Amino acid sequence: MPIDIPKDKWPGSIRAITIGATSAEGGTRAKSITVGGQTTLPYLHFEAPTPNQPVIAIEIKSRKPEDWSPLLLETWGEAMNDSAQWAKKAEEAGAGLLVLALTVEDSVEDAVKAVKSVLAASGLPLIVWGPGQAEKDNELLVPIAEATKGEKLVLGICEDKNYRTIVATAMANGHLVQARTPMDVNLSKQLNILISDMGMPKDRILMDPTTGALGYGIEYGYSVMERLRLAALQGDAMTQFPMIVTPGFEAWKTKESKVGEGVPESWGDWKARAINWETLTAMALIESGADVVVLRHPESVKRVKDAIGELVIA
Amino acid sequence: MALSGIQIYKLLPQTNCKECSFPTCLAFAMKLAAKQVELGACPYVSDESKKQLAESAAPPIRLVALKSNGTEVKAGNEVCLFRHEKTFYNKPGLFIRVKASDPDLAQKVATADAYKVNYVGMDFSIDGFAVLADADLGTAIKTIRTATKRPLILMGDPASLQPGLLACSGETPLLYAADASNADAMADLAKTHKAALIVKADSPDALAELTQKIQAKGVEDLVLDASATSLSAALTRNTQLRRLALKNMRALGYPIIAFPCDAKDEGIAAAQAIAKYAGFVVLSEFKPELLYPLLVLRENIYTDPQKPIQVQPGIYEINAPKPESPVLVTTNFSITYFAVANEVEGSGLPAWLVVTDAEGMSVLTAWAAGKFDAERIAKAIKGFNVADKVSKKRIILPGHVAVLSGEVEEELPGWEVRVGPREAVDLPAFMKQVLN
Ligand code: SF4
Repeated sequence: MPIDIPKDKWPGSIRAITIGATSAEGGTRAKSITVGGQTTLPYLHFEAPTPNQPVIAIEIKSRKPEDWSPLLLETWGEAMNDSAQWAKKAEEAGAGLLVLALTVEDSVEDAVKAVKSVLAASGLPLIVWGPGQAEKDNELLVPIAEATKGEKLVLGICEDKNYRTIVATAMANGHLVQARTPMDVNLSKQLNILISDMGMPKDRILMDPTTGALGYGIEYGYSVMERLRLAALQGDAMTQFPMIVTPGFEAWKTKESKVGEGVPESWGDWKARAINWETLTAMALIESGADVVVLRHPESVKRVKDAIGELVIA
Repeated sequence: MALSGIQIYKLLPQTNCKECSFPTCLAFAMKLAAKQVELGACPYVSDESKKQLAESAAPPIRLVALKSNGTEVKAGNEVCLFRHEKTFYNKPGLFIRVKASDPDLAQKVATADAYKVNYVGMDFSIDGFAVLADADLGTAIKTIRTATKRPLILMGDPASLQPGLLACSGETPLLYAADASNADAMADLAKTHKAALIVKADSPDALAELTQKIQAKGVEDLVLDASATSLSAALTRNTQLRRLALKNMRALGYPIIAFPCDAKDEGIAAAQAIAKYAGFVVLSEFKPELLYPLLVLRENIYTDPQKPIQVQPGIYEINAPKPESPVLVTTNFSITYFAVANEVEGSGLPAWLVVTDAEGMSVLTAWAAGKFDAERIAKAIKGFNVADKVSKKRIILPGHVAVLSGEVEEELPGWEVRVGPREAVDLPAFMKQVLN
């Protein structure tokens, strides 16, 4: 008795978006990366192929982050003192993209220098995050955008309270933006509309629906992502952007990952647990539609990368 | 499929005799459709109608319960593909695989059995053991039963399973597995010993064919093993099976079992199985550093998305606060609470955290909805007798509600009101730099 397997055919699809520009494309990247382009839910190959793999970005910082977990400090070691070295090591660890996160202590000069040194050290496409304070973000990101015109960086993080300056400079200098909203389908749509209304081409927006780590709200992020992806496939143009999420940041601020002592014995081995925390958070988000996951530990990167390899093969 | 009131009415006697205490059969049918009465209230329903009504009321995915002495693990009864459509109901059971031949069997089982981990006030543990019959199963089960009461999955061929089943009579274990080569023998075993049975095949077609055959022999509690060997195959297969079941294909309306124990990356395979439709998950060994995140993931995925999780309003002690430690105020939305508690805990700084009843909303949402205002904050401070615990009457409000500080001062005479950062992540720095 042959069974008819029900297949969904969707009217909408996700935009394919390219990050980074090679010399032929007006930049200096060794290659560019394309994400998105899906016409069905994640990895259901019996309905449609996966046109572009999800990509792992590794987060590095312009200054050594003393408040990171000792496990991260130990694994990146000396390289954390120099963003260029760190970028090289991240590329070796298997990153497909780099995130350079700036800090409030950076002057404009420091920040531009850090971005340039990372671009010189690695051929990977680059995402640059401001320190997360509106004024400082704008102060640093504008000169960076100008100094790297044509590289097709992703600039972030745009939020509803501060997006205009970042979007304007990204538009003027041929970059992309990361649009973040706090775990809500309508807020995501709204910010995407505001950014598009400024004239930003729709193939230069990555949406960041925000997520929580395992045990710290992942169920909200997970379902918001599923709903955003369903809305996009149903044809809602303002949700048809690839999604970027930050499981590394979220997982490594939990006590489960950060701390090795004074925790219940039932949590098991610290390092293995911490890496599981980051890896499993990332995988759950990839299953729910993430196109770019930003991670921190090389071992999580390796595991997630292998899993992506297994998921994208029909 | 659930029947409508009219469809049910057609199956009733239509005599309007009122014995069910409704004026007409139609009125009774409407109540039945709304699940507000039991069919038993009508003494005159024919057997044929009863059967049809029972079938229509059956859930699209059969509830399969594994039982041992007093404990039970259930899977099935799911009604949706995405948790936001309704919710996922029965958390997949996590089973640890052990070998009958293992010389340390009793001790390994006892260790895993005793495992308990606390997450947000709830205690989690494993659900049972999957025993591989690579030596006499009867002896192994006697050993296992000295160390655990949890339900069992028994893995072997019909001949090796037999002694195991005798050793756990009175229980409902799950047998692995009936395939095309041994379906009859496995079905007989399951029927004789009242066990549940895993059916294994590599396509929905083949699975449906087997389940129908086995069902015809009178075994009802079945579990599907789609024998997927990669993440992508498992995702495809489980999605297809769930969809077909929800479309009321009875032959596939059973829970699914996953074996991450055989996957390249066990943690990742188990995480996918939990998120994507498995009802039972078999792990290779007892590893707390993997079990804990999996138990938390399972809890998160199976949380009802319609209900915001709330924490109990009250005063929480973080890092053993002293009378001079600061008093932080937040809402009882669990994510807000955990964000704050986590940051402060991670910083090592002692604090009192006052969780106000904001009906489970985050700071901004609650403020906008009028559920987090000066009055409620003052009520919490007074109601939880905060003044008795501290020497310094000073509270820190979340930065997002800085506008409330004047009103809070009015409501709480004698208290100093300070405005903290907007985001929890900035609390440690604020506490270090501003408060000291
Ligand atoms: S008892 Fe049965 S037959 Fe009588 S009115 Fe009620 S439903 Fe109809």
